[in-house]
Amino acid sequence: MGLTAIAFYALAAVAVGAALAVISARNPVHSVLFLILTFFSTAGLFVLLGAEFLAMLLVVVYVGAVAVLFLFVVMMLDVNFAELKQGFLSYMPLGALIGLALLAELVLVTSATHGQGHSALAPPVEGTNALAIGRVLYTDYLVLFQLSGLVLFVAMIGAVVLTLRKRTGVKRQSVSRQVGRTRKQAVELKDVKSGQGLS
Amino acid sequence: MSAFLTDYLPILVFLGIAAAMGIGFMLLPWLVAPKDPDKEKVSAYECGFNAFEDARMKFDIRFYLVSILFIIFDLEIAFLFPYALALDDVGIFGYWSLMTFLGVLTVGLVYEWRKGALEWE
Repeated sequence: MGLTAIAFYALAAVAVGAALAVISARNPVHSVLFLILTFFSTAGLFVLLGAEFLAMLLVVVYVGAVAVLFLFVVMMLDVNFAELKQGFLSYMPLGALIGLALLAELVLVTSATHGQGHSALAPPVEGTNALAIGRVLYTDYLVLFQLSGLVLFVAMIGAVVLTLRKRTGVKRQSVSRQVGRTRKQAVELKDVKSGQGLS
Repeated sequence: MSAFLTDYLPILVFLGIAAAMGIGFMLLPWLVAPKDPDKEKVSAYECGFNAFEDARMKFDIRFYLVSILFIIFDLEIAFLFPYALALDDVGIFGYWSLMTFLGVLTVGLVYEWRKGALEWE
């Protein structure tokens, strides 16, 4: 058994174990931490497949950002842990059904492509992964690329519209007003005679 | 093992060392350190007085807004990485394609800025 196989089995075992821990951990924050571990192991599996760009994206986007977001959501929900666990068994049939459907689809895909000359793997490319993606992303897949830009744009506006709340009664600094103030508006010189105060 | 994976061998070695150290430092105290816990030792310590409330509380929604905006620009940067490598291959067409993409997102950025979503009041 080569080193590649050992690495694959170790990473896959960690990924599956951590994924199981995500759904079985009692504390939602622990679940999110296990989710990050799952993402990391999956990134390792991507590297083993030769898809290094995807692996780095998984680490940068999912681990860096989405996991942080999940943590925020978990902390913001103010969940009651005991209450959260009660629905576990009642959701079980639905979850099992979805899992079975996914498994059946995966089996269908592999059995349909296996042993017919063409494999499910993409053909190998010259140079690095990111280079191969860059060659086609901005030209051949122009429409999809611009659409993804629009999707990000809509997400940006949606986030602002949904969550931006102006608080009233907050003293805010207005830099332009502060800088635009002239000496005349701000300072007044008084000639104070000795022995007398200002009237 | 291919030449590509050989490049990643040092990372595997690092992972092994990191895992061994992390697990080792947790196992060693468990094996050799004396354990004599009592109620005061294991309770949460908060600078002299008893803990007021649970550490888990609701956060301000603005943290959420900031992190969501971060993710969006994070993804935008992810789209730029391949361009840095394929600069010679995609030519002027690819350049304007990328500029359009960036332009759309810059409109979003200006919108956020004008709405004051980037400000922390």
